[in-house]
Amino acid sequence: MVHVFFSGALKAVTNGVARLELPDFAEGDLDTLLRSLAGRFGPSFSDRLTEDGHLRRYVNVFVNGEDVRFARGLQTPVGPADSVDFIPAVAGG
Amino acid sequence: MGARKAKGRKSEITLEELADEGSLAAALTCEECSTLFPLDARTACDRCFGPLSVVYGHGPLRGTSPDEVLAGRAPGLWRYLELLPPVSPASRERVPLGPSPLRPAPRLARALGLRELWLKEDLALPSGSFKDRPAGFAVAYARDLGYPAVGCASTGNLAAATARAATLSGLPAWTFVPAGLPEAKLLPVRIFGGGIVEVEGTYDDANRVAQVLADEDRLGLVNINLRPYYVEASKTLAFEILEERHWDPPAVWGIPLGSGALLSATFRALMQVQDIGWLDSSEEELPRLVGSQPEGCAPIAEAFRKGSEEIVPVAHPETIAESLAIGNPASGYDALGAIRKTGGAADAPTADEVRWALREAARLEGVWSEPAGGTVLATFKRLVDQGTLDRSDSAVAFLTGAGWKTPPVWEGQDLGPRLRVSARERSLTLPDLAAFPSLAGAAAHGEV
Repeated sequence: MVHVFFSGALKAVTNGVARLELPDFAEGDLDTLLRSLAGRFGPSFSDRLTEDGHLRRYVNVFVNGEDVRFARGLQTPVGPADSVDFIPAVAGG
Repeated sequence: MGARKAKGRKSEITLEELADEGSLAAALTCEECSTLFPLDARTACDRCFGPLSVVYGHGPLRGTSPDEVLAGRAPGLWRYLELLPPVSPASRERVPLGPSPLRPAPRLARALGLRELWLKEDLALPSGSFKDRPAGFAVAYARDLGYPAVGCASTGNLAAATARAATLSGLPAWTFVPAGLPEAKLLPVRIFGGGIVEVEGTYDDANRVAQVLADEDRLGLVNINLRPYYVEASKTLAFEILEERHWDPPAVWGIPLGSGALLSATFRALMQVQDIGWLDSSEEELPRLVGSQPEGCAPIAEAFRKGSEEIVPVAHPETIAESLAIGNPASGYDALGAIRKTGGAADAPTADEVRWALREAARLEGVWSEPAGGTVLATFKRLVDQGTLDRSDSAVAFLTGAGWKTPPVWEGQDLGPRLRVSARERSLTLPDLAAFPSLAGAAAHGEV
């Protein structure tokens, strides 16, 4: 089961959903997961997170706590029992 | 602006009433896509996740002079209320602050190769760092919004400042820090009554964990869901320098870069007073902003040095300047843009250069800064040696944190003689301190 967390900044497009469990998500990558979530929440979900096929500059996605920018970006593997956090990169200092 | 009520307080306050308190803040705007939002608690842009900043309507201040507007007001953070988001008088009164000293440092100026140097000593603020400004402001704002508790993600300084502001404001505080910080950074948090959550990982990990919990626990995290307001208060550092120098500031301003928020706020402060007409200069004539990061965590300085538009995050920062160990700087692009727009520069000195600068400041000017301030001073030295800064320049260095917070920086370093003698000692010959290599730096200037 993949566990997904959405920051409050995304709640407008997740209908207020902050946490989601995806028992049926098969082995894939972040891109696959985003497509699956866009199927559930609509295309505006993807528009918030990606631009021209890349994660937007101020979007941080963590798979099991690791920033996907330090992994393989949208091709970062996501599998059952993984946790994925979508968080804006606007904190710090 | 809507008539939204601040929640959870006995005497509810409307935003209109807050605006009547003098603030000229009008809205939040997304720095990426320019979408406008009301002045509420909001982490990021709903549309693109971009950072938010406060926009102001300066109209009422145009044509005024700063002397006329500021006359009769108490010194400190709340003196510049028109140029900050609105906070009720009741919340302001609970968190008095500042100003910090600005003083000339002629001997250190000579050591760095500058004609004139000023030290802005925010290390003298109550919790030992400039974070007393944004934390004090954001906690007051959180109180007006009715948050039941506040907190922050921190490399240490902000945790202490948030705990202090929270106890003054009558709110509990939870601080999220990377595990393994020096006790000297955590002790003030506990003394001020704050709770500590040590996250096993880096600052960026602590930040992520705090964000996940804040969303669910209605926690007013000053540098996360109150960040647009939090960063505004850092502008007061610039306002104080400008006012003290009678609106004729030093030409070069050296600022440490962690998230980049302080440098960005400084630039916004300069733009504000220029727009109002209090600072008589074109953009080309604004003070040049020099950003400093330590080697081992320098994503903004690297982008500047390479002439790159992209800031590449650092996954595992390694530096003695823990307060600057932010690998993924949230205001990095803003800061980089401000450095370039003002004709400034950025660099990343080594740990040895930072220690040298810290000791020079201590011995020549009697100021003990934490490494963030040493990073600024060491950057000045580098840039003078490279010819990027002119020896005729006047400069101000932002000393943002106190040295007593960072004892690990000095572990294993040669700090001069330390003798232990018997209580019956009668024939000790004290050595010549100037003969010790570790003290030679200051002595070489003939000033000690």
